[in-house]
Amino acid sequence: MSETLPLSIINNRRMSKWVRFQSDRTVRLSVGKVEIGQGVLTALTQIAAEELDVAIDRFAIVSGDTRDAPDEGSTSSSQSIEMSGRSVRLVTAELRARIIDRLARRLNCSPSDIAVDDGAFLLDDEPTGHDYWNFAGDPDFADDITGTARPKDPAAYKIVGQPVPRKDLEAKVSGAAFIHDIARPGMLHARTLRQPARGAKLTSLDEAAVRRAARGNFRVVCVGDFVAFVGDDETVVQRAAVAAPAHARWDNVRQLTPSQQEAAWYATQPSDDRFVGDPVPEAIAGEVVTATYSRPFVAHAAMAPSCGLAEYRDGHLQVWSHTQGVYPLRNTLADILGLSREQVTVRHAHGAGCYGHNGADDAAFDAAVIAMQLPGHCIRVQWRREEEFGFEPVGTAHMTRIKAVLDAAGKPIDWTCEVWAGSHVQRPVYGGNMLTHEALPTPPPAPKPNDPPEAAGGGGTRNGTPLYDFPAKRIIHHLALATPVRTSSLRGLGALPNVFALECFVDELAEKAGVDPVAWRLSHLSDPRARWLIENVTDRCDWASRGAGGDGKGLGIAWARYKNKAAYAAVAVEVEVDQEVHVRRAWIAADAGLVINPDGAANQLEGGLIHAVSMTLKEQVKLDGDGITSLDWETYPILKFSEVPEISTVIIHAPNEPTLGMGECTFGPTAAAIGNAVKHALGVRIRDMPLTRERIAAAIMG
Amino acid sequence: MSIELTVNGRTVIVAAADDTPLLDVLRNHLDLKGSRYGCGLEQCGSCMVLIDGKAEYSCAREVASVAGKRVETVESLAAHPLRQAFLDEQAGQCGYCLSGILMSAKALLDSNKNPSRADIVTALDRHLCRCGAHPRILRAVEKAAAALREGARS
Repeated sequence: MSETLPLSIINNRRMSKWVRFQSDRTVRLSVGKVEIGQGVLTALTQIAAEELDVAIDRFAIVSGDTRDAPDEGSTSSSQSIEMSGRSVRLVTAELRARIIDRLARRLNCSPSDIAVDDGAFLLDDEPTGHDYWNFAGDPDFADDITGTARPKDPAAYKIVGQPVPRKDLEAKVSGAAFIHDIARPGMLHARTLRQPARGAKLTSLDEAAVRRAARGNFRVVCVGDFVAFVGDDETVVQRAAVAAPAHARWDNVRQLTPSQQEAAWYATQPSDDRFVGDPVPEAIAGEVVTATYSRPFVAHAAMAPSCGLAEYRDGHLQVWSHTQGVYPLRNTLADILGLSREQVTVRHAHGAGCYGHNGADDAAFDAAVIAMQLPGHCIRVQWRREEEFGFEPVGTAHMTRIKAVLDAAGKPIDWTCEVWAGSHVQRPVYGGNMLTHEALPTPPPAPKPNDPPEAAGGGGTRNGTPLYDFPAKRIIHHLALATPVRTSSLRGLGALPNVFALECFVDELAEKAGVDPVAWRLSHLSDPRARWLIENVTDRCDWASRGAGGDGKGLGIAWARYKNKAAYAAVAVEVEVDQEVHVRRAWIAADAGLVINPDGAANQLEGGLIHAVSMTLKEQVKLDGDGITSLDWETYPILKFSEVPEISTVIIHAPNEPTLGMGECTFGPTAAAIGNAVKHALGVRIRDMPLTRERIAAAIMG
Repeated sequence: MSIELTVNGRTVIVAAADDTPLLDVLRNHLDLKGSRYGCGLEQCGSCMVLIDGKAEYSCAREVASVAGKRVETVESLAAHPLRQAFLDEQAGQCGYCLSGILMSAKALLDSNKNPSRADIVTALDRHLCRCGAHPRILRAVEKAAAALREGARS
């Protein structure tokens, strides 16, 4: 059986690692996935409560803790319910079955005669006097999970599939709730002076000037070219950090130019070229159509600048972080700091939504470096807003060129998607560097270009292969050897730029063929789940009454299956275009198989749509001089309340299908639907994101 | 250096430099962690509090300027229908923006018992939410307004 077990169980075989029945009649559920605003802990608890038949209020969840929660890698790529959810289901089903077997032997009855009511066992509807907690000390809990128990039939579900509210929201609307709010005895606040980029050398720091600006006591911690201001008064160290850059001199600072902020720049750079899909035909007869689309560098732009806490005491380093992966972070910290893994504990604490690999891990590393210099103190590092925008890894710029060869009837007979992009993932486990590691006396080598393998959905290639019934398809991926600034995973990786390109290009082909874009899609698409969603959205947005367009109002549609294997989403949007694009209404239809928490799912689908509207219309990281110049919310604007569309969402009920990760599935289709709606509104197509006032003016002027 | 103000109905005297940000005073001197640091630039709204009933940023507001004034933070909303309405609507994802948004919503509902959707949007437009929970947040404020009207009638 083990070859069919999810990786989470293979890496954490012991039952007691996952579930324990505690003496206060609660159930302790431990998971490696962490809450990043997506409601995953509630969904995982629902699964456990369902399989065990224990009321959901009895659960206490432990999440992301290297002391005793399972190692489930990183919370990313819409994998949590697919992988961790499946694991929790297998573990709890097996535990239930084993305990009931044991009880049945004791009561001399068949296991199927025993029912469970909120953790208490019934025989023929009568209490047996036994419950899970009676068995808490049994050897079952120390056993390995075999994965052989049969989980419940979805038809019997009472908790899974219900809109269970999230417990963690209560603190978040009331007061202290986040890592930023943790206060430890004797805690010291810290702020950093950032090395402008790897290789830069600090030649002087006018400490007296910084102290005059700070007006209070603090220490300066210097390790190589890493500088931190540390003291018990947060206001003082903040003043020091704000003043410091003007009093620091650096040598060997790399210089950037604005030309590097456009994806097209990558086409001029050396790359590691990769090939996926069908071989290139030697000769193929037909009309060649091509178009090029791009997305610039984009920021995660979390609401909260990153924060990390670390305490080095008695040879042990304890770290609190809003990282997506406590075990990968622990391993990286131990390796760089020269500690054994057993000497480091990393515990997850809630942060703001991250949407990928932002400054969270780097802030934890900052705190750890300082803590190693000041043993016995808890160090709290709070990044400043300009630090988060200036130094978090950003989502790479990405250019996609599609070339189709059409037969005489206009049907694509050969399809090539060519991508130029930097690394979409540069977590340390993927060859990236911790920010401050680059400032330490022995910095690591420059990061190697890297991307997730195709089996994991790829990075630059993600969603680059169309799911339409075309006879030959391939991707040529030019992975840049270097990026102008650090890049790493951001919601959807290459899916958003590739779906934007693919689904806009499909509209262009339909127009060329004189065919309605929906009809064109359906005529080249046999997947029934995708067809159902497209037809559903088409009906709801009143596609039939869509006019010829060109009058400033537009309706556009697009769809994708995230990673070509996770959840499906079709999206339609209605736009008005004057000097700017306004998305007024949006319709979502999604198929994520078995949905654990439909309210949480709708929240993710709609949140992904709003995030994509923001990215498509507004967002671009600006580069110049010594680094990123879009350092606040005015230079990096995101969508405001007054710009958010009315959204209507339908989630297909498919309880017998496996759960498909859906946190990123509306992202790409939304971008493409906007591109198509803007074309409908204006009569001209804009292929480069963001679709700003300047780009609209340029498009209209032709 | 010694400044007297009223926070959530309680008179407090804080020892802080005049130009200390009100946000730092609330979080570090008074241990009220519900007001949050987002930018320090009065651009995102995570730090919003009420000062004499008006929604104001606290991240760049010098504490001396609120001497003798009434400051209200999200911790004061324990019994206010807004808190329950946000939970009922599950109006958030990460939740970091919510405490500031709740305070702007409180200021709105204090002055307008029957706000339109457009009134709510206008009142919240200074706030950023990155997760895209906006539609739920708007519904929650409408729901709280209705609960307040209902409460006033009964």
